[in-house]
Amino acid sequence: MTVLGIVIGVAAVIAMLAVSEGASFEAQQQFRDLGANNILLKSVKPAEVEESSNQGFGPPQAIVYGLTIADVETIRDSIPGISNVIASRIVKKNVWHLGNSMNTDVVGTAVDYPTSRNYNLRSGRFFSETEMRDHANVVVLSDEVANVLFPIDNPLRLSIKIDSDYYNVIGIMESEGFSNLGQNQAGSSNAAPSRIFIPFTSSKSRFGETTTRQTAGGMERETVELHEAIIQIDNQEGVIETGEIIEQILARRHKDVDYAIEVPLALLRQAEESALRDQIVAGAIAGISLLVGGIGIMNIMLASVTERTREIGIRRALGAKKRDIITQFLIEAVILSGVGGLIGVVLGIAIPFIISAFWGMTTIVTPVAPLLAFSISAMIGVVFGIYPSMRAADMDPVEALRHE
Amino acid sequence: MGQTIVASLKDIRKTYYMGALSVEVLHGISLDFYEGEYISIMGPSGCGKSTLMNILGCLDKPTAGTYYLGGEDTSEMDDDELSTIRGARLGFIFQSYNLIQQLNVLENIEMPLFYQGYSEADSHEIAIGLAQRVGLDDRIDHKPFELSGGQQQRVAIARALAVDPLIILADEPTGNLDTRSGAEILDLFDELNQQGKTLIMITHSDELAERSPRWVRMRDGMVESDDRRNS
Repeated sequence: MTVLGIVIGVAAVIAMLAVSEGASFEAQQQFRDLGANNILLKSVKPAEVEESSNQGFGPPQAIVYGLTIADVETIRDSIPGISNVIASRIVKKNVWHLGNSMNTDVVGTAVDYPTSRNYNLRSGRFFSETEMRDHANVVVLSDEVANVLFPIDNPLRLSIKIDSDYYNVIGIMESEGFSNLGQNQAGSSNAAPSRIFIPFTSSKSRFGETTTRQTAGGMERETVELHEAIIQIDNQEGVIETGEIIEQILARRHKDVDYAIEVPLALLRQAEESALRDQIVAGAIAGISLLVGGIGIMNIMLASVTERTREIGIRRALGAKKRDIITQFLIEAVILSGVGGLIGVVLGIAIPFIISAFWGMTTIVTPVAPLLAFSISAMIGVVFGIYPSMRAADMDPVEALRHE
Repeated sequence: MGQTIVASLKDIRKTYYMGALSVEVLHGISLDFYEGEYISIMGPSGCGKSTLMNILGCLDKPTAGTYYLGGEDTSEMDDDELSTIRGARLGFIFQSYNLIQQLNVLENIEMPLFYQGYSEADSHEIAIGLAQRVGLDDRIDHKPFELSGGQQQRVAIARALAVDPLIILADEPTGNLDTRSGAEILDLFDELNQQGKTLIMITHSDELAERSPRWVRMRDGMVESDDRRNS
């Protein structure tokens, strides 16, 4: 009961360190998937345009917005240190194979798209420069799409149907890494759980520039030249700065804010900062529990000192110096808090496991955390044991011996 | 009687201050104790014999006067030095035994040796020898509450003998014992004295005091008489 505060404090220290460590690991993993050297640009439908399109009768006008090839070229040509630009068009389509269909994002993109985002192919290959030049009808499926369209067969070398055209499946891509995190933060409407990839040129020639979308209010037509562009930077140190320059360029070129810019590295920094904040909060909570625990230790030690006044007198009469008495009671306090600390360590290691098991959160118990927490508990014993120990040592031997 | 003085009190005064009020309990006590002596200090309660005992035991310091113990002036000593001299040169026997309840017989006897920095093996050997000497070698792992009063007091005597002190101070050692156990303790004292130990016993009983070869009678913080049995 006395050591409960210490137990909770120590357990909290370890558990919270494990959770925040896990969270920051997860965040870093996600951003690493997006690419620390990348800057992502996305087209976003501006709010004003949306309003105006809903007015009036008759067939709706196509809304023109978003990034253009000219934008991307300007960026590539005017900023040094850009190693590659991968522009993509994303069109929502129903894709078919025999009786199976699925509504998914068809991404028309460049050949080095997978490497730029650290995506791996599970099987097959990505399309080639030749297929790009030829506007070839080839497609790379994500895992999820492949599973829906081809529940039994191996999709490689088979074909899927989009609109009235058939596309040969040449590769399957890992779905992992299609995190919605970045997209959500950029406020893009293009967030999709699954995607399929075709050459940029094919997307342009098959689907055209203007796409029709079924919405709650009826048909909606929009013309978007580019939906997404990944700008790769040579040097990680220049990423954040380049992001700012790109922002300026785009601001100059666009009347409306019909684009979003996303710098994973900057987000990573933010995530790290917020992780630090979390740790400070966690630390404060743990600190308070440990303080309460320490006061508990002090209380029990003070009670023990009073209870054992006679013993202190006897020990003093038998030759114990003040520092012998201090040592004795300090050791007792440290043992008390150490036992609490030990229970806390066990609990603190167990809690992250439970959290991982029930909420699927990544938790990481570094070896430093239990060690740190345990030494803190021992230190609490010393700090809060000092006052009772001094009280014990400062007793007058004569008075102490007379104590009943 | 030996000629070496082991303890010497010179004009010891002790005043207690209670706010503005001050009470002098000892009004200048001068006494010399010789090696191998067995002395009783007696007097009615309130005569200052307990205060004198505390000063002799280096548990308390006199307000004035000097106290030499084994040739060392204790009046100038600090707390650590007093602790050391208590542990090394004095053995205490109390009316209520004052054993530590959580420790067994052997550990109680070893305690003064622990504070003098004896090795565990040495103090173990000494303690076992002393337990034998007071006839408790079959009880060494008993806790004090498992022993009778007389047995507890014998543990306390063994503990007092552990460091082979200059003086053994006994404060009403038979006060809590029945007649038979008390007599046994007093027999043990006689025996120790015959082996050359210096004993100072505080008592309020004339009968006990007159058993010893020398008795000091106190009254109102002064020495009233200091007699030796001529035998």
